[in-house]
Amino acid sequence: MFDKNELEKIGQARQNWEDKTLKKTLDKQGEQKKAFTSISGTTIERLYTPLDVSGLNYVECLGFPGTYPFTRGVQPTMYRGRYWTMRQYAGFGSAKETNARYRYLLDQGQTGLSVAFQLPTQAGYDSDHALSMGEVGKVGVAVDSIEDMRVLFGGIPLGKVTTSMTINAPAPVLLGMYLALAEEQGVPWDKVGGTIQNDVLKEIICRGQYIFPPKPTMRLTVDLIEFCQKQVPRWNSISISGYHIRESGSTAAQEMAFTLADGIAYTQACVERGMDVDAFAGRLSFFFNAFTNVCEEVAKFRAARRCWARIMKDRFKAKDARSMMLRYHVQTGGVTLTAQQPMNNIVRVALQTYAAALGGCQSLHTNSYDEALCLPTQEAVTVALRTQQVVAEESGATDTVDPLAGSYYVEALTDQIEADIEAYIKKIDSMGGTLTAIEQGYIQKEIQNSAYRFQKEIESGERINVGQNKYIMEEPPLTNLLKVNMQQGEIETEKLKKLRAGRDQGAWKSALDNLREVSGTSENVMPAVIRAVKAKATVGEICDVWRGVFGEYRPKEYI
Amino acid sequence: MAEKKIKMIVAKPGLDGHDRGAKLLSRIFAEAGMEVIYTGLRQTPEMIVAAAVQEDADVVGLSSLSGVHNYFFPRVVELLREKQMNDVLVVGGGIIPKEDIPGLKQAGVAEIFGPGTNTETIVNFIKENVRK
Amino acid sequence: MDTDYVAEILKGSPRAISRVISWLENDDPRASGCMEKIYPHTGRAYILGITGSPGSGKSSLTDKLTQKLRSQGLTVGIVAVDPTSPFTGGAILGDRVRMGDIAMDPGVFIRSMATRGYLGGLAQATSNAVKILDAAGKDIILIETVGVGQDEVDIIRIADTVCLVLVPGLGDVIQSMKAGVMEIADVYVINKSDRPGADQLCAEVTHRVAQDVEIRARQWPPPVVQTVATENEGIDEMADAIQAHRSYLEQSNRLIDKRRERTRDETLQMIHYELFRAIKAYLSRDHRMDQLVSDIMERRENPYRLMHRMLKNYLRLPESDISLNAD
Ligand SMILES: Nc1nc2c(ncn2[C@@H]2O[C@H](COP(=O)(O)OP(=O)(O)O)[C@@H](O)[C@H]2O)c(=O)[nH]1
Ligand SMILES: [Mg+2]
Repeated sequence: MFDKNELEKIGQARQNWEDKTLKKTLDKQGEQKKAFTSISGTTIERLYTPLDVSGLNYVECLGFPGTYPFTRGVQPTMYRGRYWTMRQYAGFGSAKETNARYRYLLDQGQTGLSVAFQLPTQAGYDSDHALSMGEVGKVGVAVDSIEDMRVLFGGIPLGKVTTSMTINAPAPVLLGMYLALAEEQGVPWDKVGGTIQNDVLKEIICRGQYIFPPKPTMRLTVDLIEFCQKQVPRWNSISISGYHIRESGSTAAQEMAFTLADGIAYTQACVERGMDVDAFAGRLSFFFNAFTNVCEEVAKFRAARRCWARIMKDRFKAKDARSMMLRYHVQTGGVTLTAQQPMNNIVRVALQTYAAALGGCQSLHTNSYDEALCLPTQEAVTVALRTQQVVAEESGATDTVDPLAGSYYVEALTDQIEADIEAYIKKIDSMGGTLTAIEQGYIQKEIQNSAYRFQKEIESGERINVGQNKYIMEEPPLTNLLKVNMQQGEIETEKLKKLRAGRDQGAWKSALDNLREVSGTSENVMPAVIRAVKAKATVGEICDVWRGVFGEYRPKEYI
Repeated sequence: MAEKKIKMIVAKPGLDGHDRGAKLLSRIFAEAGMEVIYTGLRQTPEMIVAAAVQEDADVVGLSSLSGVHNYFFPRVVELLREKQMNDVLVVGGGIIPKEDIPGLKQAGVAEIFGPGTNTETIVNFIKENVRK
Repeated sequence: MDTDYVAEILKGSPRAISRVISWLENDDPRASGCMEKIYPHTGRAYILGITGSPGSGKSSLTDKLTQKLRSQGLTVGIVAVDPTSPFTGGAILGDRVRMGDIAMDPGVFIRSMATRGYLGGLAQATSNAVKILDAAGKDIILIETVGVGQDEVDIIRIADTVCLVLVPGLGDVIQSMKAGVMEIADVYVINKSDRPGADQLCAEVTHRVAQDVEIRARQWPPPVVQTVATENEGIDEMADAIQAHRSYLEQSNRLIDKRRERTRDETLQMIHYELFRAIKAYLSRDHRMDQLVSDIMERRENPYRLMHRMLKNYLRLPESDISLNAD
């Protein structure tokens, strides 16, 4: 960005400063640490100057918002046009309780819904399955059949809100229910908008909600993407997620690298299916974490936007600009929250929200301060939502596009993270691609090594968590925690009994037989799934059909 | 007699897939000289106890982040007792509200380690309290 | 106490089996009494070794093969050996993860074992653990061990049939050939045959087996089978190949020979171990060894003469045998 002459002058001045001014200060008083590193372990220099970004070509590397390579953002006006979608992930207990929470949030100014499903649903079991014991309604809402789905969205017009669903291996089933429900409400599918997570690779890498072996589970993923491309054009058919990778202990660069590697695998699979890259790539969405180190997070987002744009353009030969845009949802970092002095978490979340806003996210979930202890209470959720509103409407972060661009520090960090991402992707390519790298445990081990290093730093006091390893104090336990009804399992079991007795057995059986048959071919499963959910087949029953056809997966645990 | 090694089962009961903590601790226990049998995800109490019996485990460590501890932890202790494995040390960790801890201890869980516990504390607790 | 455990083991009690294996692992003096009493009940089980590089799919194959054996009505004992870290003395034993489908089957007993510094790819206690499972009535005993190098082939000394697992893409064959591991197999299993390069690897191994002078001279030409453990493919063929090898051993009387050799090795090794342990214990008392070492260090004594003196004083063997040993 500077010409050679100018850089030389800066270099001389810098030398001068180091010799005269800096040295004097350092002689008098050393710095607090020998080396400064970010949360991710990146070395941070004392000072950044134009010398650190001398290679930066503005037009090529930064460009303008809304244009390639999208470093500065995916829309030309960003939040001056519209704030990000404020979308709080919520769900617990029964469909009825969760529905009440949704309506409350919408009344409070939230602009989109995000469904948290209970673990049995995520793992493809009904609430009355032996493995569901103790889990029903715990970390999300119990949805076994279309009847639960109907209650969950009662009084909410599906043509007006957009909904995000965190569901992966059984994604086709839950999307099927949602679409069937839209039909009931009289909303045509091309008016239905939202996102489904549908990202099975990261389940294998770190989140654990896998059901089927990699190949058939990828086939279901691609079936869903293909179906949406044709029939539900406003639906983001996958949300390729780095959030959980970061939660498992990765660095910022690893979060982005492994997520983009997953993105490459999905894109490749769709292309191999015969889809035109520009027909579906615009509906690939992403999901990332935001930690407390604001500048590093902003750099991470900017670097990933640039990398993805290049991957889509160079590797997949995309032509449509939309295909090259990294659009993403952000959730603030769950693992950064402490159970100790939980009110401090509000501050952490505020900084993380600020990072997400400065980084240019499309939608955001902010965690509640009590989440290291329990499911969030309504009061805590409200504070979390208000945090977003304060950042959006008071902080000024939204007044200009990509406010930190041009900071020598942030640009240098952006370049460095980009280089780290590229190195990982190259390594993964050389191993034979993402699936092989996962199967050989490479990605998992890289993440675990980072988690291990981080833990050691915390325990040695090199890294500080306020209230946890510094400024510790005795405190009374937080009261007024949200409790889920322990009897939820029995209630859902009762409901299931009634459902099973009351449905049209013939229609139900033939729908499942049809699904079994279709699943054994290479035909897209979505129509058969929709038929089955309409015939009141449950999540567990449909997944059982697939367990029969595809088998179950048990990945190696790499430690 | 050779030095006795501490054998420990590390298990994640239930459907929760967040195993960062369980894996990290497995590594740290192994570094502390223990033999760690990691059982993987989606373990029922019956599976955990079958493993404890066959491996003659000295310690069973349970990790839960999905709020199912009140069901799973006591059940594991109960099944161990049924198998006459009363001297096995059962410890737990994860997202567990303070108010649940007395009940879990009453049920026979030796200690609960909440988020942010220093791993050395856990290792020392095990070394001091394991059957000799 | 001992008698209880013995009776319980003979009844197949998991609790007793696992406790006595622990005694063996810890060199607990209670173990040897037990072993003496159960020994007459051993020798019935068929012992199968599954070896190969880490990650080649040994545990997955063990899981699937066990299901197959169970469907034939056979009971199975599994000993899965993983290395102890030489730095920390600890170990992570993760083989159980892959055996979730059989973990709850009362006809299956799975025990993980760390090598605890013992060389050869097995744990010191592995062969005795196998005997306990044998006495407890398990029909087949599967031993999973990591075998990548020349010094990790002890499995051939305790297994009746050894399956060597190879996978495409790891340069396994070349590695194994170099390390002299190829020769140990009675059955080659090409796992991960869903991966590119599997057919080529299969052809390569087949060719290699046909070419090898030493292998060719054997009466049992080791078959090569292809499997996809994760999808339960080729497991029948693997089981058939193992069965064929077993029939060959039984019909040719090789099984008896093999076991005679094993008994001889084991007995000698046991004596060796026990003698060493006893002499070491004796010398460790009252700092005797320290004194001797000082004498040697100061060249008042030398280790050769000392050794001869030790043997002469503490072993009642003919003089000629002692000096023979010293050569
Ligand atoms: N593609 C493929 N993967 C396999 C196959 N067998 C095992 N695996 C995978 O390879 C990894 C290592 O398997 P594991 O049985 O633990 O290997 P071990 O270390 O030799 O015991 C796991 O991720 C398995 O799922 C196979 O036949 N095909
Ligand atoms: Mg293994």
